[in-house]
Amino acid sequence: MIAFLLKRTANAAFVMLAVALLAFVIFRFFGDPVEMMVNEQATLQDRIELRERLGLNDGFVTQYTRFVTNAVQGDFGVSYRNQQDVMVLIKERFPATFELVLVATVISLVVGIPAGVITAVYRDSRLANALQLGSIIGVSLPSFVVGILLILAFSVSLGWLPAFGRGATVDIGWWSTGLLTPSGRAALVLPAISLSTFQVTLVMRLVRAEMLETLRADYIKFARARGVPTRRVQWRHALRNCLMPVITLTGMQIGNLIAFALVTETVFQWPGMGMLFIQAVTFVDLPVMAAYLLIVSLIFVVLNTLVDITYAWVDPRLRDDSARGNG
Amino acid sequence: MDNTIPQTTPAAPKRPSRLTLLRDSDLWHSFRAHPSAIFAAALLALVALTAFLAPWITPQNPYDLAALELWNSEIPPIWEAGGQWPFVLGTDTQGRDILSAVLYGSRISLIIGFASVLLALAVGLALGLVAGYFGGWIDNVIMRVGDVLLSMPFILIAILITAIASASLPTGLKDVLAAPILIVAIAVPSWVQYARTVRASAMVEAKKEYVQAAKLIRVKPWRIMLHHILPNCLTPILVAATLNFGLAILSEATLSFLGVGMPPDQPSLGTLIRIGNQYLFSGLWWIVVFPSIQLCLIVLSVNMIGDWLRDALNPKLR
Repeated sequence: MIAFLLKRTANAAFVMLAVALLAFVIFRFFGDPVEMMVNEQATLQDRIELRERLGLNDGFVTQYTRFVTNAVQGDFGVSYRNQQDVMVLIKERFPATFELVLVATVISLVVGIPAGVITAVYRDSRLANALQLGSIIGVSLPSFVVGILLILAFSVSLGWLPAFGRGATVDIGWWSTGLLTPSGRAALVLPAISLSTFQVTLVMRLVRAEMLETLRADYIKFARARGVPTRRVQWRHALRNCLMPVITLTGMQIGNLIAFALVTETVFQWPGMGMLFIQAVTFVDLPVMAAYLLIVSLIFVVLNTLVDITYAWVDPRLRDDSARGNG
Repeated sequence: MDNTIPQTTPAAPKRPSRLTLLRDSDLWHSFRAHPSAIFAAALLALVALTAFLAPWITPQNPYDLAALELWNSEIPPIWEAGGQWPFVLGTDTQGRDILSAVLYGSRISLIIGFASVLLALAVGLALGLVAGYFGGWIDNVIMRVGDVLLSMPFILIAILITAIASASLPTGLKDVLAAPILIVAIAVPSWVQYARTVRASAMVEAKKEYVQAAKLIRVKPWRIMLHHILPNCLTPILVAATLNFGLAILSEATLSFLGVGMPPDQPSLGTLIRIGNQYLFSGLWWIVVFPSIQLCLIVLSVNMIGDWLRDALNPKLR
């Protein structure tokens, strides 16, 4: 187990170093950092001094090591666009994205799990078929189209919910939350639904597949024979055994949701990390791009590693090398 | 478009006639037994046909600025009050016919989606075969690169590639190369899946006797890979490629919507939605709604075909 733990952690560290290398190459070689930072009037002498001061004349390995050391300490440099510290910018924006992803995850579980059970238990019923059709439509609808259609229906036509922004927020320490004010909650509804559409169908399909498998198991037949009511067998005995893969999926998808939130955030002008990133892309603000890439990948890699380790902990068969499936 | 699917049946090449083989194949029977697959194939065929015939069937060339008349702008669809022939789905703020723009846009979306799947397939199959057949350090390098790519979200890699490409290219070249850049950007994160699938089968096949025999009579490695190993792992690849075609079209639309994809003078469906999104609050709903519907129809039909294919080719479900 300890060997597996070390191996898996080393693997994650390797992946992060590779992503850091990628971020560093982007940051260093696409566009000259000096040209991005100085103003028009800077003399050649100024530029040479700045270049020396930033350490851009050092060797590749030295610069890369410095980049990684700084990144580990949360120092991603200064934004080219508004000269602010990149980490401060990200810290400001992170709560908005996190709350959006959290609510979307909750929606996906609350809607997806019952829908999955229903499609499995009442197979070929009209409701189940409708849900199945809904799930394939849900997979095919791009999240920005869902967002736009929701805005058209609930903001433009009906005027029920706001179409952009975060509403009023309350500061708790450095964290700003929109969950405590009515306008903050109202603003969260449409973005969270649009972000969760894909995830809902994913959860639903997984629960359905697992339930179909579980319902055939002997202990289910035994529970029925013992006289446990059908409903109770389906929603308690069977469902509980399907939840482990759902938890795994949810954990692993959080990284994807954070990345995909950038699309939702663009549609709803949601002031999160994704908007920050898209603006950085438009202005070629490389430090912000590099920082976003590293942070999202870190979340992604850490979650995947945790899931793998938990699995190996629960199931000893996975501890040998055959576990090396999904990096 | 629809007959490309049955054609790719893993049928042996030199037997009676391909048509008879096709008609007697399990796949064709399964296709005829699934109304949803027939519906999806017909829908996709219609979309593809109208998209590629767009220059001949649309009332207007939406990119020809001389054909646009400003007094034709902001006309609603034909069934609304103020609708005008021939602008069936209405016009945008510059007098561009929405139906024509949607058909031209579908063409760009379909081509980019198809090309990126082909590119990812070529790269993924080649690297997967090499990795699985030779093993050793080549295998290690290829699979590690794949691991790193899979450890970042798909959409993020694609955005980074387009962003970097457009930042480092001069302005004039950027728009000309927009489509190739998108194709590469979508192919880069998606080849890994094919490579992993092929590598797994190649590793198994490489140990089998017929491959050992081929090696003994000095058949060249690339010939063994292409003629003996590859045909044995085409089925899962075909399913993955179909589903990825839908994903590629979605990704292209998302990138264009975010503003890092096709430029407004050669708009794909995503670009059209991006443009229409600006008029969301001015009541001109048709500018954004019709490209969105077309995009959903394309992806939906591709996904339905992919789902059917996955079930039809799954030996466990027979």
